Amino acid sequence: MAYAAGVDVGSTQTKAVIVDEDQRIVGRTIIDTGANVVTAAEKAFQAALKESSIPELEVQYVVGTGYGRYKVTFGNSQVTEISCHARGAVHLFPGTRTVLDMGGQDTKAIRVRPNGEVIDFSMNDKCAAGTGRFLQAAAYALEIPLAELGPTALRAEKAVPITTTCTVFAESEVLSWLGRGKKIDEILLGVHRSIGTRSMALLRRVGIEEEVTFTGGVTRNQGMVEVINQMLGFKVNVSEESHLMGALGAALFALDRIMNSRVPVSAREEVS
Amino acid sequence: MTPDKKAGQESIVGRGSREGARLFREWFQRLSGAAERGEPTAYVFVMGSIAEVLNAFGFNLVFPEISSLQTAVRRVAHEYLTVAEDYGYSPDVCGYVKADVGVQLRNGEHPMGRIPKPTLSILTNACNTYMKWGEIWERWYGNATFALDSPGARSANLHTQPGDQDFENDRKYVEFQLRELITLCEQLTGTQFDIDKLRETMQYTNDMSAAWKRVLELNRSAPAPFNALNEGTVYLGVANALRGKKEGSEFFRDLVEEMEFKSRNRIGTLTEEKYRLTFVGVPCYPIFRRFYDLFAEWGGTFVNSTYLKFASGGLNLGYQYDLNRPLESLAEGTLLSLRHAMDSMFFQNQDLVDEVDEFHVDGIVYHPIKSCRTVSTGLADNRRAVMAARDIATLFIESDMMDKRVVSEAQMKNRIDAFFEGLATRKLHAAAAA
Ligand SMILES: Nc1ncnc2c1ncn2[C@@H]1O[C@H](COP(=O)(O)OP(=O)(O)OP(=O)(O)O)[C@@H](O)[C@H]1O
Ligand code: SF4
Ligand SMILES: [Mg+2]
Repeated sequence: MAYAAGVDVGSTQTKAVIVDEDQRIVGRTIIDTGANVVTAAEKAFQAALKESSIPELEVQYVVGTGYGRYKVTFGNSQVTEISCHARGAVHLFPGTRTVLDMGGQDTKAIRVRPNGEVIDFSMNDKCAAGTGRFLQAAAYALEIPLAELGPTALRAEKAVPITTTCTVFAESEVLSWLGRGKKIDEILLGVHRSIGTRSMALLRRVGIEEEVTFTGGVTRNQGMVEVINQMLGFKVNVSEESHLMGALGAALFALDRIMNSRVPVSAREEVS
Repeated sequence: MTPDKKAGQESIVGRGSREGARLFREWFQRLSGAAERGEPTAYVFVMGSIAEVLNAFGFNLVFPEISSLQTAVRRVAHEYLTVAEDYGYSPDVCGYVKADVGVQLRNGEHPMGRIPKPTLSILTNACNTYMKWGEIWERWYGNATFALDSPGARSANLHTQPGDQDFENDRKYVEFQLRELITLCEQLTGTQFDIDKLRETMQYTNDMSAAWKRVLELNRSAPAPFNALNEGTVYLGVANALRGKKEGSEFFRDLVEEMEFKSRNRIGTLTEEKYRLTFVGVPCYPIFRRFYDLFAEWGGTFVNSTYLKFASGGLNLGYQYDLNRPLESLAEGTLLSLRHAMDSMFFQNQDLVDEVDEFHVDGIVYHPIKSCRTVSTGLADNRRAVMAARDIATLFIESDMMDKRVVSEAQMKNRIDAFFEGLATRKLHAAAAA
């Protein structure tokens, strides 16, 4: 049995996935990227190996993705997160035509063909407004754990409008609302809606076509999932694997390489 | 390869880039000399320089847009932008304007030499910013200012043509203004207008027009003889700086020879051509070389660019002045080229669709820039229109042509890589289907 791995070194968290020849996930990890990107990649990969109890030598091909993809020093090649999230999403949800990836620093909207080919994509520009970082800033300002953000926001009956688009100013805006006696849950719903609105703009840029699959770390925030569902007017696809989608896509690309190399040389073709 | 061919290749291939760079340096040196001697100098813009009239009076020509972009290419734009911002200009003002303001505040000091002060500035309505920019010099130096108001045809499919009554009215309006300009030049220089000098410079422009059109067309060959993003930009510099000059005419005559040679012998650019691309917008000058590499690394060659057209002063049209009626014809050519630059911002999508077919383009790269509303505003619609007309891969990357603070290389690379991954998959699927 051959195995393939994908390591997604994101700006905030590093994810690793190992798949077997039947495209089943046999190992997975999520760790914080931290300051040392090279070590993060290595650590995540080792942890995923450990979970799968597969010897490193049996992993025949590793694809690196995410901002730190060139820092996956043990990787055999690199593919962008855009291609990887699309690939992972179409694999888990074959009806996917649009992908929304919300990570720590980037939000990406991707439109795909049924075969997973990327037709168009659009990303937030330059700053981290409307991304996971924005949520983290709000959590920090309100002194509540990240995991509580969504559930708290969902308790609100109305939202406080958050107008700033700047992650740095978000903190002061949140604090000023707090100072004016607004309730935490209402402020948080406002924060989620503000991010939701920005994501919708990116989605509309590429064109929204059902089904929409939601990927990246922010999918773990139930409040964000709800807000996106409301704004779209239908439910997005999310699963346990959504946070790992980029790494999964990378692992599937790696598996392609292994399978292609088994074809007689004349028929072999480069994937990317 | 025969020895004969090899010898030919060594002397011809790359000649345009080498000579272009040399001529460009010499031009800046002449400007430095003009600054020292206080010679009459006109500030003009690439869209509507009216170089022929100014050449006939012996003006030195400064293209502030080109001086500004050169500060970015030489990696010192931020210094000049900072000078202007410290003075009070907003970060949102066009970077070309601010770099020039920085140059003026530093008394003409420029990485390529010294920029002389203006005796006269020629503004056109091709960009609104030109007009406001001209007012800055007028306020500071009290120089003469001439604003050419060129009527544009702004509705789609409503282009009047030479011979139409409406066109003739517009042409007369432009001709009348050109006559005013001639009178103004006579006053400023104290010399009488010599129509034969005008004819001479118009003839050189004719040569350059015919040649530039031909050079652009020769890039239909596969592999493309030149990359529109880097080599093309060098040629473009000469097209503007030496418009209507003997050296300019000779340079382009040689350039046609080089491109025909390369096309005939299937010699492409320095990188292996895997994908043929078209570029829409202004290059990313603050990381000029790196920007090119981001595409070249994947085998992406720009076979074409809208920049080489709208910023060429209309030379791409190949328009030939009729020297038997110089002023009438100069007005006609000026109107046609300015109109092309202005209108094509809005209606270039049909041009792009045609190019996709004729140049066998695999993908289109749109590069809207923060500085410039004039060339960037319509691009989102343009892209939608082109994608509706052809199943073609496009990439939309936003940055700036001057301000590296808004150029994020890592993000740019991410998008460019994803674009090429998409192109690779397309090719694979197309090959599998065939
Ligand atoms: N348990 C959790 N509850 C809520 N949110 C979470 C949780 N875990 C992670 N997140 C969110 O996910 C984000 C990180 O997501 P992800 O790992 O997809 O980002 P990344 O890939 O590192 O970033 P990018 O793709 O922008 O470079 C964090 O900023 C945080 O907001
Ligand atoms: S706004 Fe655009 S067209 Fe106008 S001067 Fe600036 S760069 Fe040139
Ligand atoms: Mg990510």
